[in-house]
Amino acid sequence: MLRLEGIGAGYGAAQVLRDLTLKVRPGEILCLAGRNGAGKTTTMKAIMGLVPLSAGRITLDGVAISELPAHRVPKAGIGYVPQGRRLFGELTVAQNLEIGLMARGSPLAVLDAALDLFPRLRERMGQRAQTLSGGEQQMLAMARALCLDPAVLLLDEPTEGLQPTMIEAIRAAIRETRARGAAILLVEQRIDAVLSLADRIALIENGRVLDTLEAEALRRDHRRLERHLGV
Amino acid sequence: MEFGPHLVLATLEGAVTAAVLALTAVGLSLVFGVMRVVNVAHGEFFMLGAVLAWWVTSLIGGPPALGFAAALVVAPLLVGLLAAAADMTVLKRIDYDPERTIVATIGLLYILQQVTLMTYGADARPVEPPFNTRLAIPWVTFAEGRPQLIWPWGLGTTSYKLAVIGAAAAVLAGVWLVMTRSRIGLLMRATQLDRDMALAFGIPVERIYALVFGLGAALAALAAVLIVPISQAHYLMGGDPLLLSFIVVIIGGLGSLPGTLVAAILIGLSDGIISVFFSPTLAKILATLLVALVLVFRPQGLFGLRAA
Ligand SMILES: Nc1ncnc2c1ncn2[C@@H]1O[C@H](COP(=O)(O)OP(=O)(O)O)[C@@H](O)[C@H]1O
Ligand SMILES: [Mg+2]
Repeated sequence: MLRLEGIGAGYGAAQVLRDLTLKVRPGEILCLAGRNGAGKTTTMKAIMGLVPLSAGRITLDGVAISELPAHRVPKAGIGYVPQGRRLFGELTVAQNLEIGLMARGSPLAVLDAALDLFPRLRERMGQRAQTLSGGEQQMLAMARALCLDPAVLLLDEPTEGLQPTMIEAIRAAIRETRARGAAILLVEQRIDAVLSLADRIALIENGRVLDTLEAEALRRDHRRLERHLGV
Repeated sequence: MEFGPHLVLATLEGAVTAAVLALTAVGLSLVFGVMRVVNVAHGEFFMLGAVLAWWVTSLIGGPPALGFAAALVVAPLLVGLLAAAADMTVLKRIDYDPERTIVATIGLLYILQQVTLMTYGADARPVEPPFNTRLAIPWVTFAEGRPQLIWPWGLGTTSYKLAVIGAAAAVLAGVWLVMTRSRIGLLMRATQLDRDMALAFGIPVERIYALVFGLGAALAALAAVLIVPISQAHYLMGGDPLLLSFIVVIIGGLGSLPGTLVAAILIGLSDGIISVFFSPTLAKILATLLVALVLVFRPQGLFGLRAA
């Protein structure tokens, strides 16, 4: 289980996260919902050790990953699909995936399992990542993270700007990854996505978790979520 | 000598300059590309390579080839280790902040220069080349409409100069292979493309930085070992290679290895040719002018990618 215990973080003097607490269990999708600038992306960077914590700690199955240097965090079993994908654009699809495999020394079977979710990537192995379509790039970003065979998967707006058919493919892959037992922390802005994927929803505002709700309750009455996201 | 043979001679001299410059500039370009560090002390790593070559060859004695072969290995290795240590103790501490790294490497420049002056002294000292056969070059003239092979006086080179060109080409090919074909090269390129994502995928960026800084300095030192039998070792010899490397890296496009290579050949050859026919000063003036033009009309360099 991934736990964030009262973390504070920010950029230089600008405090973004304040006493933020949440946990994600294996086999569930926890959705972080909040307006632009609420601190969702910063939460993910804090988990990856890419922004320093000013308070609190982060543990994975009891191990304090917030005390590790950033490059050791993925080795603890955390795969990251960042906002905007951030592939190694000049490298080929195969090289991007190789970097994912090297992160934890995963066996090739892990790559096969990831590619089974996105068979289109198999035809693109020699192509530079930056020449892929937006949807394919998102698939690659997700496959790259799945190459770590992660116990925790962080997904930051994975369907932003994609066409409906692509969105469906990505969502199916997210569900499949949950079924394999990963703990998934998902940032989503679209209400339909939140309602169709999430097991629980953490409402985040001004760097704090206001409330955590069961998805069932929200599905019956999603006005609370609409109000929170400001739509 | 006539114009034709004279041009061949100038081109050969230029090719030697280009070979050594390409090695030095690729080192600078690698460091800038991967680490975004402008290493003002790069020329001093070059100088240290030459000074260490003198030191190793005079320590070993014996036939020149033996000492020189040892210098080829020892000097780049020691300089690379020194640079990696400087990276870990100085640059890492200031978090690779662009402005502070410039100030820090200026400081490093003076420390290396003055320590060399205090220990090695102010003399220029020669290193004997491992081999140095004179090779005459034939020329074709037309006498009464028929081609005739002649050997103009003064048209020639040495086996050592040709070996410098060959060795530089081989090392550059090796660097290229490492960067594009090896696992460590892949990690370096990933770090260059996106440092945070490299960290998020388990790449030990700090170790990559120390390695790249050491490798960049070692390439400069290797270039110096190759040229020192032609030009002597002196504690102030780092200035020209630094200036020319910056010119090459800017013209070629910051961080682009192919661009750096092409620009080094361009600048090296024209430096050789203009120096022979006019003056070395004019060669430097023209190169600097070219940099100004590139900065105005194509700031990303000939091969650089336009910043997004
Ligand atoms: N690199 C940065 N430097 C300074 N401030 C930043 C940086 N990235 C984000 N911020 C600020 O931090 C706050 C939270 O940003 P972010 O976590 O990206 O929000 P979200 O992902 O919820 O839209 C915003 O006010 C944003 O302006
Ligand atoms: Mg965001």
